[in-house]
Amino acid sequence: MSFVARQLGFAYGLHDASFELPHSGLITIAGPNGAGKSTLLGILAGLRSPYRGSCLYDGKEVRQWPRRDFARHVAFLPQSVRLEFPFTAEEVVLMGRTPYASGWFQTPEDRAAAEDAMTTTDTLAFRARDFRTLSGGERQRVILASALTQRPRVLLLDEPATHLDLRHQLSLYRLLRELAKTLLVVAATHDLNIALQFSDRVMLLADGRIVGDGAPGEVLNPELIAHVFGVHATIHAGLNNTWMTYEA
Amino acid sequence: MKRSVLLSALALVVVAVAAPLAGSSHIELGRAFAGVSPDHEIFFYARLPRVILALLAGSALSVTGVLFQCMLRDPLAEPYTLGVSSGASVGAVIAICLGFRATGLASLAGAALVLLMVLGMAVEGRRLSSFTLLLTGVTMNSMAFAVILFLHNLASFSQSFAISRWLMGGLESVEYTTLAWLAGVVLGISALVMLWAPQWNLLAVGDDWAASRGVSTVRLTAMGYVAGSVLTGLVTALTGPIGFVGLIVPHALRLKLGADHRVLLPCAFLLGGAFLIVCDTLSRTVIAPTEIPVGVLTALCGGPFFLWLLKSKRRSLWL
Repeated sequence: MSFVARQLGFAYGLHDASFELPHSGLITIAGPNGAGKSTLLGILAGLRSPYRGSCLYDGKEVRQWPRRDFARHVAFLPQSVRLEFPFTAEEVVLMGRTPYASGWFQTPEDRAAAEDAMTTTDTLAFRARDFRTLSGGERQRVILASALTQRPRVLLLDEPATHLDLRHQLSLYRLLRELAKTLLVVAATHDLNIALQFSDRVMLLADGRIVGDGAPGEVLNPELIAHVFGVHATIHAGLNNTWMTYEA
Repeated sequence: MKRSVLLSALALVVVAVAAPLAGSSHIELGRAFAGVSPDHEIFFYARLPRVILALLAGSALSVTGVLFQCMLRDPLAEPYTLGVSSGASVGAVIAICLGFRATGLASLAGAALVLLMVLGMAVEGRRLSSFTLLLTGVTMNSMAFAVILFLHNLASFSQSFAISRWLMGGLESVEYTTLAWLAGVVLGISALVMLWAPQWNLLAVGDDWAASRGVSTVRLTAMGYVAGSVLTGLVTALTGPIGFVGLIVPHALRLKLGADHRVLLPCAFLLGGAFLIVCDTLSRTVIAPTEIPVGVLTALCGGPFFLWLLKSKRRSLWL
Protein backbone atom coordinates (compact mmCIF):
# COMPACT_ATOMS: atom_id res chain seq x y z
CA MET A 1 0.00 0.00 0.00
CA SER A 2 1.22 3.53 -0.68
CA PHE A 3 -1.30 5.56 1.36
CA VAL A 4 -3.17 4.22 4.37
CA ALA A 5 -5.69 6.58 5.96
CA ARG A 6 -7.58 5.93 9.20
CA GLN A 7 -10.35 8.24 10.50
CA LEU A 8 -8.77 11.05 8.52
CA GLY A 9 -10.29 14.50 9.02
CA PHE A 10 -9.52 18.15 8.46
CA ALA A 11 -11.31 21.14 9.99
CA TYR A 12 -14.87 21.20 8.61
CA GLY A 13 -13.89 19.82 5.19
CA LEU A 14 -13.33 16.11 5.80
CA HIS A 15 -14.53 13.57 8.37
CA ASP A 16 -13.60 9.99 9.25
CA ALA A 17 -12.11 8.98 5.92
CA SER A 18 -10.53 5.53 5.96
CA PHE A 19 -9.04 3.95 2.86
CA GLU A 20 -5.97 2.30 1.42
CA LEU A 21 -4.41 3.19 -1.92
CA PRO A 22 -2.32 0.77 -4.05
CA HIS A 23 1.02 1.48 -5.75
CA SER A 24 -0.39 1.97 -9.22
CA GLY A 25 -3.61 2.62 -11.05
CA LEU A 26 -5.88 5.57 -11.75
CA ILE A 27 -8.18 6.52 -8.91
CA THR A 28 -10.67 9.35 -9.26
CA ILE A 29 -12.15 11.28 -6.37
CA ALA A 30 -15.62 12.36 -7.42
CA GLY A 31 -18.22 14.47 -5.70
CA PRO A 32 -20.10 17.75 -5.90
CA ASN A 33 -18.58 21.16 -5.15
CA GLY A 34 -17.48 21.48 -1.54
CA ALA A 35 -17.56 17.73 -0.92
CA GLY A 36 -13.95 17.72 0.31
CA LYS A 37 -12.11 16.53 -2.82
CA SER A 38 -9.47 19.27 -2.72
CA THR A 39 -9.08 18.92 1.03
CA LEU A 40 -8.43 15.19 0.72
CA LEU A 41 -5.90 15.71 -2.07
CA GLY A 42 -4.25 18.49 -0.07
CA ILE A 43 -3.76 16.18 2.91
CA LEU A 44 -2.31 13.43 0.70
CA ALA A 45 0.02 16.03 -0.83
CA GLY A 46 1.23 17.07 2.63
CA LEU A 47 -0.12 20.58 2.16
CA ARG A 48 -2.96 20.51 4.71
CA SER A 49 -1.74 20.09 8.23
CA PRO A 50 -2.52 19.39 11.01
CA TYR A 51 -5.12 16.79 10.10
CA ARG A 52 -7.08 14.55 12.42
CA GLY A 53 -6.61 10.80 12.49
CA SER A 54 -3.79 9.18 10.61
CA CYS A 55 -2.50 9.27 7.05
CA LEU A 56 0.49 7.06 6.39
CA TYR A 57 2.57 7.16 3.25
CA ASP A 58 4.98 4.27 2.89
CA GLY A 59 4.37 3.43 6.54
CA LYS A 60 5.20 6.91 7.84
CA GLU A 61 2.83 9.71 8.86
CA VAL A 62 2.61 12.28 6.02
CA ARG A 63 3.20 15.26 8.30
CA GLN A 64 6.41 13.67 9.62
CA TRP A 65 8.00 13.18 6.21
CA PRO A 66 10.83 15.60 5.49
CA ARG A 67 9.38 17.85 2.78
CA ARG A 68 12.21 17.27 0.34
CA ASP A 69 12.08 13.48 0.57
CA PHE A 70 8.30 13.52 0.28
CA ALA A 71 8.54 15.64 -2.88
CA ARG A 72 10.59 12.87 -4.50
CA HIS A 73 7.69 10.48 -3.98
CA VAL A 74 4.56 12.54 -4.32
CA ALA A 75 3.85 15.26 -6.90
CA PHE A 76 0.83 17.55 -6.75
CA LEU A 77 -0.86 19.48 -9.58
CA PRO A 78 -3.01 22.42 -8.49
CA GLN A 79 -6.20 23.20 -10.38
CA SER A 80 -4.52 26.09 -12.16
CA VAL A 81 -1.37 28.14 -11.83
CA ARG A 82 -1.48 31.90 -12.19
CA LEU A 83 1.87 33.56 -12.69
CA GLU A 84 2.67 37.21 -12.01
CA PHE A 85 6.18 36.96 -13.44
CA PRO A 86 7.61 36.07 -16.87
CA PHE A 87 8.90 32.53 -16.30
CA THR A 88 9.30 30.46 -19.47
CA ALA A 89 7.59 27.09 -19.87
CA GLU A 90 10.93 25.34 -19.49
CA GLU A 91 11.75 27.22 -16.28
CA VAL A 92 8.40 26.15 -14.85
CA VAL A 93 9.14 22.53 -15.79
CA LEU A 94 12.64 22.64 -14.29
CA MET A 95 11.23 23.80 -10.95
CA GLY A 96 10.11 20.21 -10.50
CA ARG A 97 13.77 19.23 -10.07
CA THR A 98 14.07 21.21 -6.82
CA PRO A 99 13.81 18.13 -4.55
CA TYR A 100 16.89 16.70 -6.30
CA ALA A 101 18.90 19.92 -6.57
CA SER A 102 22.17 19.97 -4.67
CA GLY A 103 23.20 23.47 -5.63
CA TRP A 104 22.47 26.61 -7.50
CA PHE A 105 22.86 25.39 -11.07
CA GLN A 106 20.87 22.84 -13.04
CA THR A 107 22.73 19.64 -13.81
CA PRO A 108 22.67 17.81 -17.17
CA GLU A 109 20.55 15.23 -15.39
CA ASP A 110 17.95 17.90 -14.54
CA ARG A 111 17.88 19.00 -18.17
CA ALA A 112 17.48 15.44 -19.37
CA ALA A 113 14.58 14.87 -16.97
CA ALA A 114 12.91 18.07 -18.17
CA GLU A 115 13.43 17.10 -21.80
CA ASP A 116 11.89 13.68 -21.07
CA ALA A 117 8.87 15.10 -19.30
CA MET A 118 8.29 17.69 -22.01
CA THR A 119 8.42 14.99 -24.66
CA THR A 120 5.88 12.89 -22.76
CA THR A 121 3.49 15.81 -22.41
CA ASP A 122 4.16 17.16 -25.91
CA THR A 123 5.29 20.58 -24.71
CA LEU A 124 8.78 20.86 -26.22
CA ALA A 125 7.52 23.12 -29.01
CA PHE A 126 6.92 26.06 -26.68
CA ARG A 127 9.63 25.50 -24.09
CA ALA A 128 11.02 29.05 -24.49
CA ARG A 129 7.68 30.85 -24.38
CA ASP A 130 6.42 32.95 -21.49
CA PHE A 131 4.16 30.64 -19.48
CA ARG A 132 1.47 33.35 -19.28
CA THR A 133 1.08 33.43 -23.06
CA LEU A 134 0.13 29.74 -23.24
CA SER A 135 -3.42 28.50 -23.60
CA GLY A 136 -5.16 26.71 -20.74
CA GLY A 137 -4.45 23.29 -22.21
CA GLU A 138 -0.80 24.07 -22.86
CA ARG A 139 -0.37 25.38 -19.32
CA GLN A 140 -1.90 22.25 -17.85
CA ARG A 141 0.52 20.07 -19.82
CA VAL A 142 3.49 22.20 -18.76
CA ILE A 143 2.45 21.85 -15.12
CA LEU A 144 2.09 18.10 -15.61
CA ALA A 145 5.59 18.02 -17.11
CA SER A 146 6.89 19.91 -14.08
CA ALA A 147 5.34 17.31 -11.78
CA LEU A 148 6.80 14.45 -13.84
CA THR A 149 10.35 15.82 -13.49
CA GLN A 150 9.98 15.07 -9.78
CA ARG A 151 10.07 11.41 -10.87
CA PRO A 152 7.19 10.75 -8.50
CA ARG A 153 5.60 7.45 -7.52
CA VAL A 154 2.31 9.17 -6.82
CA LEU A 155 0.69 11.88 -8.93
CA LEU A 156 -2.11 13.90 -7.30
CA LEU A 157 -4.21 16.11 -9.56
CA ASP A 158 -6.91 18.58 -8.52
CA GLU A 159 -9.51 18.75 -11.30
CA PRO A 160 -6.87 18.69 -14.03
CA ALA A 161 -9.34 18.93 -16.91
CA THR A 162 -11.42 21.88 -15.71
CA HIS A 163 -9.94 24.40 -18.12
CA LEU A 164 -9.54 22.02 -21.05
CA ASP A 165 -11.69 21.53 -24.13
CA LEU A 166 -13.08 18.07 -24.91
CA ARG A 167 -10.21 16.88 -27.06
CA HIS A 168 -7.59 17.95 -24.53
CA GLN A 169 -9.59 16.42 -21.67
CA LEU A 170 -9.54 13.07 -23.39
CA SER A 171 -5.88 13.21 -24.35
CA LEU A 172 -4.95 14.25 -20.80
CA TYR A 173 -6.83 11.30 -19.29
CA ARG A 174 -5.40 8.94 -21.88
CA LEU A 175 -1.94 10.11 -20.82
CA LEU A 176 -2.85 9.64 -17.15
CA ARG A 177 -4.10 6.12 -17.94
CA GLU A 178 -0.73 5.40 -19.52
CA LEU A 179 1.16 6.81 -16.51
CA ALA A 180 -1.07 4.84 -14.13
CA LYS A 181 0.48 1.59 -15.36
CA THR A 182 3.59 2.37 -13.32
CA LEU A 183 2.49 4.97 -10.78
CA LEU A 184 -0.45 5.78 -8.60
CA VAL A 185 -2.52 8.57 -10.14
CA VAL A 186 -5.22 10.18 -7.99
CA ALA A 187 -7.37 12.80 -9.72
CA ALA A 188 -10.26 14.81 -8.33
CA THR A 189 -13.01 15.45 -10.83
CA HIS A 190 -16.69 16.25 -10.94
CA ASP A 191 -17.10 14.78 -14.39
CA LEU A 192 -18.67 11.39 -13.72
CA ASN A 193 -18.26 10.22 -17.31
CA ILE A 194 -14.52 10.75 -17.05
CA ALA A 195 -14.50 8.80 -13.79
CA LEU A 196 -16.58 6.05 -15.36
CA GLN A 197 -14.46 5.71 -18.47
CA PHE A 198 -10.93 6.08 -17.24
CA SER A 199 -10.59 5.08 -13.60
CA ASP A 200 -9.83 1.78 -11.96
CA ARG A 201 -11.54 2.92 -8.80
CA VAL A 202 -13.79 5.76 -7.75
CA MET A 203 -13.99 7.35 -4.31
CA LEU A 204 -17.23 9.30 -4.05
CA LEU A 205 -17.34 12.12 -1.50
CA ALA A 206 -20.33 14.01 -0.15
CA ASP A 207 -20.28 16.58 2.66
CA GLY A 208 -16.75 15.63 3.66
CA ARG A 209 -17.46 11.91 3.96
CA ILE A 210 -16.65 8.97 1.73
CA VAL A 211 -20.00 7.57 0.59
CA GLY A 212 -18.74 5.16 -2.05
CA ASP A 213 -15.43 3.49 -2.80
CA GLY A 214 -14.88 0.81 -5.41
CA ALA A 215 -15.06 -0.04 -9.10
CA PRO A 216 -16.59 2.80 -11.15
CA GLY A 217 -19.49 0.66 -12.36
CA GLU A 218 -20.50 -0.20 -8.79
CA VAL A 219 -20.03 3.16 -7.11
CA LEU A 220 -21.58 5.27 -9.85
CA ASN A 221 -25.06 3.78 -9.72
CA PRO A 222 -28.22 5.83 -10.23
CA GLU A 223 -29.35 5.58 -6.57
CA LEU A 224 -26.11 6.88 -5.11
CA ILE A 225 -25.83 9.61 -7.77
CA ALA A 226 -29.37 10.75 -7.02
CA HIS A 227 -28.51 10.81 -3.32
CA VAL A 228 -25.22 12.71 -3.71
CA PHE A 229 -25.80 15.02 -6.68
CA GLY A 230 -29.60 15.30 -6.64
CA VAL A 231 -29.96 14.37 -10.33
CA HIS A 232 -31.41 11.39 -12.15
CA ALA A 233 -28.73 9.50 -13.99
CA THR A 234 -29.19 6.94 -16.71
CA ILE A 235 -26.39 4.52 -17.51
CA HIS A 236 -25.92 3.56 -21.14
CA ALA A 237 -23.87 0.52 -22.06
CA GLY A 238 -22.19 0.53 -25.47
CA LEU A 239 -19.93 -2.01 -27.07
CA ASN A 240 -16.66 -0.73 -25.64
CA ASN A 241 -17.67 1.65 -22.93
CA THR A 242 -20.41 2.88 -20.67
CA TRP A 243 -21.53 6.45 -20.22
CA MET A 244 -24.30 8.26 -18.44
CA THR A 245 -26.68 11.09 -19.02
CA TYR A 246 -28.37 13.20 -16.35
CA GLU A 247 -31.57 15.14 -15.88
CA ALA A 248 -32.77 17.18 -12.96
CA MET B 1 22.84 34.33 -18.00
CA LYS B 2 26.51 34.86 -17.20
CA ARG B 3 26.64 37.58 -19.84
CA SER B 4 23.90 39.71 -18.26
CA VAL B 5 25.60 39.52 -14.86
CA LEU B 6 28.98 40.44 -16.34
CA LEU B 7 27.52 43.33 -18.31
CA SER B 8 25.76 44.63 -15.20
CA ALA B 9 29.01 44.43 -13.24
CA LEU B 10 30.80 46.31 -16.00
CA ALA B 11 28.14 49.05 -16.02
CA LEU B 12 28.43 49.42 -12.26
CA VAL B 13 32.23 49.72 -12.40
CA VAL B 14 32.11 52.38 -15.13
CA VAL B 15 29.48 54.40 -13.28
CA ALA B 16 31.21 54.07 -9.90
CA VAL B 17 34.54 55.25 -11.31
CA ALA B 18 33.11 58.14 -13.30
CA ALA B 19 30.68 59.46 -10.66
CA PRO B 20 33.20 60.80 -8.09
CA LEU B 21 34.95 62.78 -10.85
CA ALA B 22 31.77 64.60 -11.81
CA GLY B 23 30.67 67.58 -9.77
CA SER B 24 30.38 71.32 -9.45
CA SER B 25 34.13 71.79 -9.00
CA HIS B 26 36.55 70.14 -11.38
CA ILE B 27 39.02 67.69 -9.82
CA GLU B 28 41.69 65.37 -11.17
CA LEU B 29 42.18 61.81 -10.03
CA GLY B 30 45.99 62.05 -10.01
CA ARG B 31 45.97 65.09 -7.74
CA ALA B 32 43.40 63.49 -5.47
CA PHE B 33 45.56 60.41 -4.94
CA ALA B 34 48.70 62.51 -4.55
CA GLY B 35 47.04 64.24 -1.61
CA VAL B 36 46.89 67.68 -3.24
CA SER B 37 44.34 69.99 -1.64
CA PRO B 38 41.45 70.53 -2.34
CA ASP B 39 41.17 67.68 -4.88
CA HIS B 40 42.08 65.15 -2.18
CA GLU B 41 39.41 66.33 0.26
CA ILE B 42 36.70 66.69 -2.36
CA PHE B 43 37.37 63.24 -3.80
CA PHE B 44 37.87 61.25 -0.60
CA TYR B 45 35.65 63.08 1.88
CA ALA B 46 32.85 64.67 -0.14
CA ARG B 47 32.22 62.53 -3.19
CA LEU B 48 33.56 59.00 -2.74
CA PRO B 49 31.66 58.19 0.50
CA ARG B 50 28.49 59.49 -1.07
CA VAL B 51 28.97 57.36 -4.19
CA ILE B 52 29.57 54.29 -2.02
CA LEU B 53 26.46 55.07 0.02
CA ALA B 54 24.44 55.46 -3.20
CA LEU B 55 25.79 52.14 -4.45
CA LEU B 56 24.92 50.25 -1.27
CA ALA B 57 21.51 51.92 -0.88
CA GLY B 58 20.56 51.29 -4.52
CA SER B 59 21.68 47.67 -4.34
CA ALA B 60 19.88 46.99 -1.08
CA LEU B 61 16.63 48.61 -2.21
CA SER B 62 16.59 46.79 -5.57
CA VAL B 63 17.33 43.40 -4.04
CA THR B 64 14.59 43.98 -1.47
CA GLY B 65 12.20 45.04 -4.23
CA VAL B 66 12.81 41.80 -6.15
CA LEU B 67 12.41 39.82 -2.95
CA PHE B 68 9.17 41.41 -1.72
CA GLN B 69 7.54 41.30 -5.16
CA CYS B 70 8.38 37.61 -5.33
CA MET B 71 7.25 36.74 -1.80
CA LEU B 72 4.01 38.69 -2.00
CA ARG B 73 3.46 37.74 -5.65
CA ASP B 74 2.51 41.36 -6.10
CA PRO B 75 4.18 43.33 -8.89
CA LEU B 76 3.39 46.57 -7.04
CA ALA B 77 5.26 45.60 -3.88
CA GLU B 78 8.37 47.59 -3.03
CA PRO B 79 10.78 47.79 -0.09
CA TYR B 80 8.44 50.21 1.67
CA THR B 81 5.33 48.03 1.40
CA LEU B 82 5.90 46.00 4.55
CA GLY B 83 6.15 48.91 6.96
CA VAL B 84 9.77 48.88 8.10
CA SER B 85 10.73 52.16 6.46
CA SER B 86 7.67 53.87 7.95
CA GLY B 87 8.89 52.71 11.33
CA ALA B 88 12.28 54.18 10.49
CA SER B 89 10.62 57.47 9.52
CA VAL B 90 8.64 57.63 12.75
CA GLY B 91 11.84 57.06 14.71
CA ALA B 92 13.63 59.83 12.84
CA VAL B 93 10.72 62.27 13.17
CA ILE B 94 10.49 61.65 16.93
CA ALA B 95 14.23 62.27 17.21
CA ILE B 96 13.91 65.53 15.28
CA CYS B 97 10.98 66.70 17.42
CA LEU B 98 12.78 65.89 20.66
CA GLY B 99 15.96 67.52 19.45
CA PHE B 100 18.08 64.33 19.43
CA ARG B 101 21.12 64.44 17.17
CA ALA B 102 21.13 60.73 16.43
CA THR B 103 18.25 60.54 13.95
CA GLY B 104 19.93 57.52 12.35
CA LEU B 105 19.89 55.50 15.55
CA ALA B 106 16.33 56.53 16.35
CA SER B 107 15.13 55.47 12.93
CA LEU B 108 16.94 52.13 13.30
CA ALA B 109 15.08 51.61 16.55
CA GLY B 110 11.78 52.47 14.84
CA ALA B 111 12.51 50.04 12.01
CA ALA B 112 13.41 47.24 14.42
CA LEU B 113 10.26 47.82 16.44
CA VAL B 114 8.02 47.58 13.37
CA LEU B 115 9.88 44.50 12.13
CA LEU B 116 9.20 42.69 15.39
CA MET B 117 5.59 43.87 15.56
CA VAL B 118 4.79 42.74 12.01
CA LEU B 119 6.42 39.36 12.58
CA GLY B 120 4.58 38.96 15.87
CA MET B 121 1.26 39.78 14.24
CA ALA B 122 1.72 37.79 11.04
CA VAL B 123 3.18 34.56 12.41
CA GLU B 124 0.46 32.52 13.98
CA GLY B 125 1.46 29.19 15.40
CA ARG B 126 3.78 27.77 12.78
CA ARG B 127 1.98 29.42 9.90
CA LEU B 128 2.83 32.59 8.05
CA SER B 129 0.98 33.71 5.00
CA SER B 130 2.32 36.38 2.71
CA PHE B 131 -1.17 37.86 2.59
CA THR B 132 -1.22 38.51 6.35
CA LEU B 133 2.26 39.96 6.01
CA LEU B 134 1.01 42.34 3.33
CA LEU B 135 -2.04 43.47 5.31
CA THR B 136 -0.05 43.95 8.52
CA GLY B 137 2.64 45.91 6.68
CA VAL B 138 0.18 48.19 4.92
CA THR B 139 -1.62 48.86 8.21
CA MET B 140 1.70 49.70 9.87
CA ASN B 141 2.38 52.16 7.05
CA SER B 142 -0.92 53.95 7.62
CA MET B 143 -0.43 54.13 11.36
CA ALA B 144 3.12 55.41 11.00
CA PHE B 145 1.95 58.02 8.53
CA ALA B 146 -0.69 59.20 11.01
CA VAL B 147 1.93 59.53 13.76
CA ILE B 148 4.20 61.49 11.41
CA LEU B 149 1.37 63.88 10.45
CA PHE B 150 0.52 64.39 14.10
CA LEU B 151 4.12 65.15 15.10
CA HIS B 152 4.59 67.36 12.06
CA ASN B 153 1.62 69.35 13.21
CA LEU B 154 3.17 69.94 16.64
CA ALA B 155 6.66 70.73 15.37
CA SER B 156 8.26 74.15 15.23
CA PHE B 157 9.08 75.78 11.90
CA SER B 158 12.69 74.60 11.74
CA GLN B 159 11.78 71.08 12.95
CA SER B 160 9.07 70.94 10.36
CA PHE B 161 11.60 71.78 7.65
CA ALA B 162 13.96 69.09 8.95
CA ILE B 163 11.11 66.55 8.92
CA SER B 164 10.19 67.37 5.32
CA ARG B 165 13.80 67.06 4.22
CA TRP B 166 14.15 63.73 5.95
CA LEU B 167 10.97 62.33 4.42
CA MET B 168 12.16 63.32 0.93
CA GLY B 169 15.18 61.10 1.32
CA GLY B 170 18.65 62.06 0.22
CA LEU B 171 22.26 61.01 0.21
CA GLU B 172 24.94 62.74 2.21
CA SER B 173 28.55 61.89 2.84
CA VAL B 174 28.87 59.60 5.84
CA GLU B 175 31.93 58.38 7.69
CA TYR B 176 33.90 55.45 6.34
CA THR B 177 33.36 53.39 9.49
CA THR B 178 29.58 53.69 9.01
CA LEU B 179 30.01 52.72 5.36
CA ALA B 180 32.08 49.70 6.31
CA TRP B 181 29.35 48.48 8.65
CA LEU B 182 26.68 49.07 6.04
CA ALA B 183 28.74 47.36 3.32
CA GLY B 184 29.27 44.32 5.54
CA VAL B 185 25.58 43.89 6.29
CA VAL B 186 24.32 44.70 2.78
CA LEU B 187 26.82 42.37 1.09
CA GLY B 188 26.25 39.59 3.61
CA ILE B 189 22.47 39.65 3.46
CA SER B 190 22.37 40.10 -0.32
CA ALA B 191 24.68 37.12 -0.75
CA LEU B 192 22.44 35.04 1.48
CA VAL B 193 19.35 36.11 -0.47
CA MET B 194 21.05 35.20 -3.75
CA LEU B 195 22.02 31.82 -2.36
CA TRP B 196 18.32 31.01 -2.00
CA ALA B 197 17.54 32.12 -5.57
CA PRO B 198 16.19 28.72 -6.72
CA GLN B 199 13.73 28.71 -3.80
CA TRP B 200 12.54 32.26 -4.59
CA ASN B 201 11.69 31.03 -8.08
CA LEU B 202 9.30 28.48 -6.61
CA LEU B 203 7.83 30.88 -4.05
CA ALA B 204 7.16 33.37 -6.86
CA VAL B 205 4.77 30.82 -8.36
CA GLY B 206 2.92 30.02 -5.15
CA ASP B 207 3.11 28.67 -1.60
CA ASP B 208 1.65 25.25 -2.43
CA TRP B 209 3.75 25.05 -5.57
CA ALA B 210 6.92 25.57 -3.52
CA ALA B 211 5.82 23.36 -0.63
CA SER B 212 4.95 20.43 -2.88
CA ARG B 213 8.48 20.63 -4.30
CA GLY B 214 10.16 20.34 -0.96
CA VAL B 215 10.58 23.99 0.13
CA SER B 216 9.78 25.01 3.72
CA THR B 217 7.70 27.99 2.73
CA VAL B 218 7.03 29.43 6.19
CA ARG B 219 10.69 29.51 7.07
CA LEU B 220 11.63 30.93 3.68
CA THR B 221 8.95 33.65 3.80
CA ALA B 222 9.97 34.65 7.32
CA MET B 223 13.65 34.77 6.39
CA GLY B 224 12.89 36.78 3.26
CA TYR B 225 10.87 39.26 5.26
CA VAL B 226 13.59 39.69 7.87
CA ALA B 227 16.36 39.95 5.24
CA GLY B 228 14.49 42.56 3.18
CA SER B 229 13.47 44.50 6.26
CA VAL B 230 16.98 44.67 7.70
CA LEU B 231 18.30 45.89 4.34
CA THR B 232 15.56 48.51 4.01
CA GLY B 233 15.70 49.57 7.65
CA LEU B 234 19.46 50.14 7.59
CA VAL B 235 19.41 52.05 4.32
CA THR B 236 16.43 54.16 5.35
CA ALA B 237 18.14 55.10 8.60
CA LEU B 238 21.04 56.56 6.61
CA THR B 239 19.23 58.07 3.62
CA GLY B 240 15.58 58.47 4.48
CA PRO B 241 13.03 56.88 2.18
CA ILE B 242 14.24 57.03 -1.44
CA GLY B 243 11.32 55.98 -3.59
CA PHE B 244 11.01 54.19 -6.88
CA VAL B 245 14.40 52.39 -7.01
CA GLY B 246 13.02 49.24 -5.43
CA LEU B 247 10.00 49.25 -7.70
CA ILE B 248 11.42 50.15 -11.05
CA VAL B 249 14.79 48.39 -11.17
CA PRO B 250 13.28 44.93 -10.57
CA HIS B 251 10.57 45.46 -13.19
CA ALA B 252 12.93 46.86 -15.82
CA LEU B 253 15.21 43.87 -15.29
CA ARG B 254 12.36 41.35 -15.47
CA LEU B 255 11.27 42.85 -18.78
CA LYS B 256 14.80 42.40 -20.14
CA LEU B 257 15.99 39.24 -18.42
CA GLY B 258 12.94 37.21 -17.45
CA ALA B 259 11.96 36.05 -13.99
CA ASP B 260 14.74 33.64 -12.98
CA HIS B 261 15.98 34.93 -9.62
CA ARG B 262 19.41 33.45 -10.17
CA VAL B 263 19.97 36.12 -12.83
CA LEU B 264 17.56 38.73 -11.52
CA LEU B 265 19.00 39.11 -8.02
CA PRO B 266 22.68 39.64 -8.96
CA CYS B 267 21.70 42.02 -11.76
CA ALA B 268 19.34 43.93 -9.45
CA PHE B 269 22.14 44.27 -6.93
CA LEU B 270 24.62 45.60 -9.51
CA LEU B 271 22.32 47.78 -11.60
CA GLY B 272 20.32 49.06 -8.63
CA GLY B 273 23.57 50.43 -7.26
CA ALA B 274 24.54 51.89 -10.63
CA PHE B 275 21.10 53.48 -11.08
CA LEU B 276 21.17 55.28 -7.74
CA ILE B 277 24.75 56.48 -8.33
CA VAL B 278 23.66 58.00 -11.65
CA CYS B 279 20.60 59.65 -10.09
CA ASP B 280 22.61 61.03 -7.19
CA THR B 281 25.32 62.39 -9.48
CA LEU B 282 22.66 64.15 -11.52
CA SER B 283 20.98 65.43 -8.37
CA ARG B 284 24.13 67.24 -7.26
CA THR B 285 25.29 68.46 -10.69
CA VAL B 286 22.26 69.42 -12.80
CA ILE B 287 21.46 72.72 -11.09
CA ALA B 288 24.58 72.93 -8.90
CA PRO B 289 25.20 74.30 -6.35
CA THR B 290 21.55 73.60 -5.49
CA GLU B 291 20.73 69.91 -5.05
CA ILE B 292 17.62 68.21 -6.32
CA PRO B 293 16.38 65.62 -3.77
CA VAL B 294 17.48 62.26 -5.15
CA GLY B 295 14.03 60.73 -4.66
CA VAL B 296 12.64 63.30 -7.08
CA LEU B 297 15.29 62.34 -9.61
CA THR B 298 14.82 58.58 -9.31
CA ALA B 299 11.18 59.10 -10.26
CA LEU B 300 11.95 61.64 -12.98
CA CYS B 301 14.72 59.58 -14.66
CA GLY B 302 13.34 56.13 -13.98
CA GLY B 303 9.69 56.78 -14.78
CA PRO B 304 9.92 57.75 -18.45
CA PHE B 305 12.55 55.07 -19.13
CA PHE B 306 10.32 52.45 -17.58
CA LEU B 307 7.26 53.59 -19.53
CA TRP B 308 9.28 53.36 -22.75
CA LEU B 309 10.46 49.86 -21.83
CA LEU B 310 6.93 48.81 -21.00
CA LYS B 311 5.59 50.12 -24.28
CA SER B 312 8.29 48.54 -26.41
CA LYS B 313 8.07 45.12 -24.75
CA ARG B 314 4.40 44.95 -23.90
CA ARG B 315 3.21 43.17 -26.98
CA SER B 316 5.75 40.37 -26.72
CA LEU B 317 5.04 39.93 -23.01
CA TRP B 318 1.27 39.87 -23.15
CA LEU B 319 0.92 42.48 -20.43
